[in-house]
Amino acid sequence: MRFVFKTDYNQDIRLLKHSGYWWSYGALLAVLIAFPYLVGSYLQSQIVFVFIYAIVGVALIILTGFTGQASLGHAAFLAIGAYTAGFLQSQGISFIVYFPAAAIITGAVGAMVGFPALRLSGIYLVIATIAFAFIVEEILARWESVTHGNEGMRVRTIDLLGQPIPRDGDAFYFLCLLVLAGSILLALNLLRSPTGRAFIAIRDSETAAKSMGIDLAGYKVKSFAISAALTGMAGVLFAHKMSFISPEMFTLLLSIEFIMVIIIGGAFGVHGAVLGAIFIVMVDPFLTALKDDVPVLGASLATTLGMAPDAAGKLRETMSAIGSAAGLKGAIYGLIIMMFILFEPYGLYGRWLKVKLFFQLFPLYKKATFKRQKTYVKSERNR
Amino acid sequence: MSFFTVDGISLQFGGLKAVDSVSFSVEKGEIFTIIGPNGAGKTSIFNLISRLYDPTSGKLFFEGRDITEVPPHQIAKLGIARTFQNIELFENASMLANLLVGRHCHATTQLWQEILFLPSVRRAEKEHRRKVEEVIEFLDLQAYRDKLIAGLPYGVRKVVEVARALCSEPKLILLDEPSSGLNVEETDDMSFWIRDIRTELGVTVLMVEHDMSLVNRVSDRVLALNYGKVLASGTPAEVQAHPDVIAAYLGA
Repeated sequence: MRFVFKTDYNQDIRLLKHSGYWWSYGALLAVLIAFPYLVGSYLQSQIVFVFIYAIVGVALIILTGFTGQASLGHAAFLAIGAYTAGFLQSQGISFIVYFPAAAIITGAVGAMVGFPALRLSGIYLVIATIAFAFIVEEILARWESVTHGNEGMRVRTIDLLGQPIPRDGDAFYFLCLLVLAGSILLALNLLRSPTGRAFIAIRDSETAAKSMGIDLAGYKVKSFAISAALTGMAGVLFAHKMSFISPEMFTLLLSIEFIMVIIIGGAFGVHGAVLGAIFIVMVDPFLTALKDDVPVLGASLATTLGMAPDAAGKLRETMSAIGSAAGLKGAIYGLIIMMFILFEPYGLYGRWLKVKLFFQLFPLYKKATFKRQKTYVKSERNR
Repeated sequence: MSFFTVDGISLQFGGLKAVDSVSFSVEKGEIFTIIGPNGAGKTSIFNLISRLYDPTSGKLFFEGRDITEVPPHQIAKLGIARTFQNIELFENASMLANLLVGRHCHATTQLWQEILFLPSVRRAEKEHRRKVEEVIEFLDLQAYRDKLIAGLPYGVRKVVEVARALCSEPKLILLDEPSSGLNVEETDDMSFWIRDIRTELGVTVLMVEHDMSLVNRVSDRVLALNYGKVLASGTPAEVQAHPDVIAAYLGA
């Protein structure tokens, strides 16, 4: 195990705490840059989705993980970003302009959602954000002059200063990677400065935060605005990646997927957004396999084990019926969320840290190292 | 005009008068203690001073300025810091982060500068850190810098809360039962620290306390409350000898 001897305050401010980080993150960056040249177009496109989901994950971690304000309305922020991009592009405005414009507009809407949030907390805030998401969905369906309503809207290829960036090309991959890296850097910078600490203070004790001079209203609105702006940027990339957007793409289920990103990844650190995004994006190929490959495999396994061919055929039909049942995705999501909350409350990143510590402390790791401690009762909290 | 004055302040919850036209004033450099049985309204007075509650009537003056209408998040900037009876630390953050939040009222950097982490932000951060380290040294908390609050023992948390309040470089510090839940030895340490806060840092102390031996050791003046009303005020000995105070505590 490495013990860093601290002689300078800069050592605590630095993002890469010691030379080991340079090696590991450098290696990660090298792999990410080499990826498009190594993998096929299907996997590359899945990774682009991982990047987009991870940007939203970072946004949610700022809002939910740091500030403690839950939101089930992030699909709506994504939609606002996507539609802003689609509309402005159709007006002949360049990508250089509408990309930041989408972030600013979504951020402004986020700030407006933040205001009612000042008086709401917990489950009530969740309901308010769901209501907001439904309103946005409805507006998108009705405001046909801008959004083309339920018909949906075609989004053309990005034109970056005369240079087209096709949605399945390498340039698009690097653009998404760049935006993700930028948002992670933004989140980490916030965390090591007064605003980020104010967010954490609001999450852990509003009363104390107030007495320490933190303007609750201002910081909650800031948190909503930053989170929404990041999601808006992800929305622009999402719109271009899909090349077609319509209101039914931005439903409650998408918001739930975003929440799952941070529950599965772990909401206490920015790493969680990326790990959670990888997990969520890989659920879809898994579901496809459940529908197509698993019944065939199961049936052939059953025949080799001596089952009669017609019984095996029936088994295959049953299995594929289960695999393609409506609502299976939602059910699996629900199961995954429950499992994670029960058995891995710190998410994949928490598990990563435990595994890392196991090797660092080997052979001294205790099973109880990460057991949650009993905290002292707070009887007289005036929230 | 005194350093800090409470002028006829009242707080009413429906039909219950939690604080009933209480007046007192604290001089600069004093250690002033409020005592009283449970439910006497001591913590309510603290919550009024830190503006978590709005008074029904009456006024608060700090350094000659009326602070009755000041919003709660600006109280710290004026130079009033506080601790809480049931520790209100930021549990899932390191002790260092907790103390740095105490510096929040001195934060000068703007959001856009922080997002880019400009050199000015780095400079400000190091300056905050230097001030925090002074407090860590003062209260002997070196061993806990990177520890999460959730993992610290109760006695240490109590000290961390005082440290967080001191990090805001207050002129007046409100200590709500600094010795509750501490053992004899820790209470002794706390009494030394309270006196050091006054003599070395020059901070005026206003505290609520039940432990009479601590009150006698450190306070210059004492105010006794019962049912929201002032019973007596004066030196610790005078107040303890007052017949109304004896009646309130022992029943007569």
